[in-house]
Amino acid sequence: MSPADVNKEHPLETKAPRLSIKKPQARYDKQGEMPDSERVEIAMKNFVRDFGAHVATYMESCIHCGMCAEACHYYVQTGDPKYTPIWKLEPFKQAYKREMGPFAIFYRMLGLKRKVTVEELEEWQELIYDSCTVCGRCTLICPMGIDIAALVAQARHGMFQAGLVPHELWAVAERAHREGSPLGATPKVFKERIEWLADDHEIEIPVDKEQADVIISMSSIEIMKYPESIVATAKVLNALKQNWTIRLDGYEATNFGLLSGNSQWQKETSMKIIDAAVKCGARLLILPECGHAYGALRWQGANMFGKPLPFKVVHISEFLAENLNSGLLKVKKVSKSVTFHDPCQISRRGGATQAGRDVLKALGADLREMSPTGNLNWCCGGGGGVITIHRADNLRYKVFEIKMKQVNDANAEMLVTTCSNCRQTFDDGQAHFKWDKTANSLLEMVADNLVEG
Amino acid sequence: MELLEFARGPALMWSLIIFCFGVAWRLVGILLLRRKPDLSEARSRATLWGGIRTVFSRIWVRKEFQSRTAYGAALGYVFHIGLAIVVLLFVPHILFIKDLTGLSWGGLPNGVIYATGVITLIALIIIMIRRLTHPVLKLLSNFDDYFSWVVTTAPLLTGLLATAHLGARYETLLGLHILSVELFLVWFPFGKLMHAILFAVSRGTTGALLERKGAAT
Repeated sequence: MSPADVNKEHPLETKAPRLSIKKPQARYDKQGEMPDSERVEIAMKNFVRDFGAHVATYMESCIHCGMCAEACHYYVQTGDPKYTPIWKLEPFKQAYKREMGPFAIFYRMLGLKRKVTVEELEEWQELIYDSCTVCGRCTLICPMGIDIAALVAQARHGMFQAGLVPHELWAVAERAHREGSPLGATPKVFKERIEWLADDHEIEIPVDKEQADVIISMSSIEIMKYPESIVATAKVLNALKQNWTIRLDGYEATNFGLLSGNSQWQKETSMKIIDAAVKCGARLLILPECGHAYGALRWQGANMFGKPLPFKVVHISEFLAENLNSGLLKVKKVSKSVTFHDPCQISRRGGATQAGRDVLKALGADLREMSPTGNLNWCCGGGGGVITIHRADNLRYKVFEIKMKQVNDANAEMLVTTCSNCRQTFDDGQAHFKWDKTANSLLEMVADNLVEG
Repeated sequence: MELLEFARGPALMWSLIIFCFGVAWRLVGILLLRRKPDLSEARSRATLWGGIRTVFSRIWVRKEFQSRTAYGAALGYVFHIGLAIVVLLFVPHILFIKDLTGLSWGGLPNGVIYATGVITLIALIIIMIRRLTHPVLKLLSNFDDYFSWVVTTAPLLTGLLATAHLGARYETLLGLHILSVELFLVWFPFGKLMHAILFAVSRGTTGALLERKGAAT
């Protein structure tokens, strides 16, 4: 499919309240033309391509106890056993045992595990994409310690190469690969936005400095939907008198290669930022309020680069927490009760659970934790690219009900989070349910309460 | 050759050989696969500790999950602990292990063992009923799950029958009991029973990887 065809067949809704395309129809989506047997073969080959001891250990260890179902919002909300997290890997487990496991030869010789069919993979498309946000709660309940979320991410590699990705997610990923941004936040658009924001807010936003100590990245959701984040970041960095910059050759932190399962595109996206940071000699890369960007660059960036990164990588909430804790950044106290939504990739999967809470403490907020909270907090339901998949909407709203209940029960005046993808999921859920709660940005809360000097 | 003689002789030897070779083969097949180095800057260097801690911490279900998992987990505890008591603290078993390895320790009174055996058997039966009726377990289950249950339950059942002298001559029952244990040993490396070893590898791996990120283990 040529880029022109893609745009025609899957036009993006850039003015919609969330990242999406206009015609999300077919139940089982396929990309490209190839015989079914080839699809299956490619899926499995790419699934096992990055196979190592870790994944093999997980594949060998499941005892079919079913406990992971109890941690998964999709199962908990629907009671449908097909949403059991480890079941989402069933064809891949089968293929592993047949083709790769220590006893593969017996399985094949005795016909104990049959070949996976393309029909099965089509059926599993919904389980691997629509009904998994890779939130990792299942990883924390498994009595065998299997990192099921990591396995789903691995399975997506196979599904992508076999052309078995939900169209919306695929089209958005393809556009990001082609234009450098999934939402049309091209360098030209971004530059115009920055100029407009700088004028409007009378603030200095340095662009394309040759040398800078700090480089920032943004998510396209922020650029296109929540541009106040750019201003807020500038306010904070200017207040700290940092030598910082935005680089138009590497700013897009949204990584649809990662979400859709195309590791080459994932690498391309990450490398743009890494190269830009290297070029300007940055010692620090600040990641925006975006969950998966943290996973992509903080935890996978160096592996894409092929060596340790010559700069530190932090999430904006970590940066804020560090500077507030050290007293370099000063804020007015807010006399409000606040509840905090943990973005899965930053808290549970990322290890920065405390950062947001430190920031709220510095702001003097009366923190009313959700139940459960922190590393066990429930996912908003929009992560892992799920928010882009229209056919998954009803299911997503179903799991969002858990989130609404958590927020309502916390009984706080304000809801804040540190991920723009979570925010747009909350916005969408809020509109759908005509709910009275809005998810706010922690970064903007800090910027709004800065004490100059 | 008498059944008991066969069970104590060649059957025991071969089952132990298959057990040892199979376990080694499966472990080597997993552990010798490559491990890509992680080049990201670690938040915590205590990965070994993270791994070891997780091997133990996953014995318990986190409190946030307990309300949804209590029943299944309780059944699991009862039959695992019950089996451990019966296998390791029944005096004839200790003597058998002493013959085989030279190692020995004190046992529990027979009455306690019988009671534990019956409780364990009941737990195993409930577990199978649950597997056959719970929508999630029914969906996940395959031959391995059912056969592993059979080879786990058979030694317990034949052991209880032998001690109670029920159903056949004591020597025949004892022979069947030993043979059922050998079937357990032979199946062990090939199916889910291997989790008795893999639990440490799998938990340890995840514990170390997540500890490196400073994430919840």
